[in-house]
Amino acid sequence: MSNVKARPRATRGTPSDPIAALLTPEGVLSADGERQAGVSDEQLRQLYRLMVVCRHLDQEALNLQRQGELGMWGPIAGHEATQVGATLALTPGDWIFPYYRDFVIAVARGVDPAALLTWYRGLTYAAWNPLEYHLAPGIIPVGSQIPHAVGFAMGCALDGERVAVLVSFGDGASSTGDCHEAMNFAGVFRAPVLFFCENNHWAISVPLREQVAGRIAGRAAGYGFPGVRIDGTDALSVYAIVRAAAERIRNGQGPYLIEAVTYRLGPHTTADDPTRYRSEANLEPWQTRDPIQRCAERLRARGAWDERFEAEVHAEAEERAVDMRRTLLAAQPEHPGHIFNLVFQNPPDALRRERDEFTASLEPTGG
Amino acid sequence: MTTVMTTVTLGKALNLALHDALHDDPRVLIFGEDVGRLGGVFRVTDGLQAEFSDRRVFNTPLAESTIAGIAVGLAIKGFRPVAEMQFDAFSYPAFNQVTSNVAKYHTRSGGACPMQLVIRIPYGGHIGAIEHHSESPETYYAHTAGLKVVTPSTPADAYGLLTAAIRDPDPVIFLEPKARYYLRQDLDLAVPPLPLDRARIAREGTDATVIAYGPTVQVALAAAETAAAEGTSLEVVDLRSLTPLDIETLAASVRKTRRAVVVHEAPVFMGLGAEIAARLMHDLFDVLAAPVERVGSATVPYPPARFEKLFLPDADRVLEAVDRTRQY
Repeated sequence: MSNVKARPRATRGTPSDPIAALLTPEGVLSADGERQAGVSDEQLRQLYRLMVVCRHLDQEALNLQRQGELGMWGPIAGHEATQVGATLALTPGDWIFPYYRDFVIAVARGVDPAALLTWYRGLTYAAWNPLEYHLAPGIIPVGSQIPHAVGFAMGCALDGERVAVLVSFGDGASSTGDCHEAMNFAGVFRAPVLFFCENNHWAISVPLREQVAGRIAGRAAGYGFPGVRIDGTDALSVYAIVRAAAERIRNGQGPYLIEAVTYRLGPHTTADDPTRYRSEANLEPWQTRDPIQRCAERLRARGAWDERFEAEVHAEAEERAVDMRRTLLAAQPEHPGHIFNLVFQNPPDALRRERDEFTASLEPTGG
Repeated sequence: MTTVMTTVTLGKALNLALHDALHDDPRVLIFGEDVGRLGGVFRVTDGLQAEFSDRRVFNTPLAESTIAGIAVGLAIKGFRPVAEMQFDAFSYPAFNQVTSNVAKYHTRSGGACPMQLVIRIPYGGHIGAIEHHSESPETYYAHTAGLKVVTPSTPADAYGLLTAAIRDPDPVIFLEPKARYYLRQDLDLAVPPLPLDRARIAREGTDATVIAYGPTVQVALAAAETAAAEGTSLEVVDLRSLTPLDIETLAASVRKTRRAVVVHEAPVFMGLGAEIAARLMHDLFDVLAAPVERVGSATVPYPPARFEKLFLPDADRVLEAVDRTRQY
């Protein structure tokens, strides 16, 4: 069984890295760091609001799967702070290359959650237009989106754009060759890319200690850029550090790596059975570090939380969950032959003929 | 434009196509291992970095998966990447990127993100190399939906196909017959871009059709020359495009000759010849005078250099296959 520590110790970036200096050894914004970051009460309330909404949406998606309405679902509980914090910290011009568990990132970017679930419902492959949201498709082959982000970022640099490109991935993906290769490329080409590892301690059943011997954040030094390990259950810390790192990247100071340490509170997907590989005892220290509770505590400490706000947020969350269910269940599948139109921009005649044969095969034969 | 005939090698024709693409389209980028100052191990990118700067023609770290992976990202950004894999079997580390991302991104993005990119791969044998330098991986790519796969056999086609591949909005696997890099041809450098889905009749004939592509077109033409001396007229079809297959051109030829032999360096088992034979048999069952013959390598790893000639198709093996179709 895993004996993970609930309190991540921060891995400092290079000595001259002012971002690392904002953090305590535990990877949380220090009091001084919080003052420097200057995150307003309203911004913190916005983080809280979106985290609560996304937890409701996540729970509703789980319900939909259990009711047979979705083929599968990968719960995001435990990732609210990493995904909401990182997404809201970026500007709309920044791009995000997410992985498959980044439901919250998509919602935070403005994608209709029901549209996103049509992917899990098997109605479509394309849940959103990447160009509209500056959000690449969530990639299933683990880690293979990381080189895409680096290439895209290299292109932004060639075009002289002041853009940061965030690519997210899990602790499992950090083992892939693509992750190492892409970080190396980013270092060599000084690509404006922010590597954002959502370390949730589990790659399906494989615990972090069987996945990674050293520190993921520590790898950045080997690729020639700074990296920090932060507390990924604290939305404020995630928000402030991602915002600072993205600004550094936009200023042309090269790539950056953030390892946001959190915990996957649920199963890998609805097809998974975590009781086979981890006990309740593993979960306990992390349940006390629930991202939503932590954010509420921060709001209370600032005097920025009250019952009315809480009630309002929950009402909104419930309404959006109901709306998501209704929209999803009303969603129509694409025409089954539509996939033929999506293979190429300029399809060869042979494919057009295959499409026509397929379409004809759907017609009633009349016999 | 005045017509100037110049003698160029196939490798130089590729170099000229890359040069002209860089010149004509500021979004074209060229990258890969050693493509910069060295000009590539086969010198196909010779001089391009000096002329177009290291922003547009650049070396990458030695990591094929991410060479293909950054091509995806650059294509999303609206660039037209032309990536080089140094050798056929060195393209395999990029296989996941090519099959799972390059080939599928257009579909996955609902058509919003075209993959206007080219991956150049020198392939095939006859260079006396140690293992991994001489393979023919075309079936892997041809079998993957979402890719276009083309291969030239002459300098003129090298220029015309590569120009078209770079301009095409879809991902193209561009297979270069490395043993033919030094094949020479007199050509007018104003070669027009070629369609990416049409075969070419390389030699007209009446008694049997020899279907070849890339490095084996020369083998087929040599066989046709010998056959002609023996009084047999062979038609040679150069596929040019492996995906899609130009079945119309193949069928028209075989309808005339009633006999077909497919020649490739890849192993016969599950090779492109299997698909071609199946299609011809299906479409021309009543016309064929004999089963379609296939000539290729054995189902073994690419053999050591000392033996490669015994495994690769040569004119004699092609002629023996033609004889089998005529004696059936």
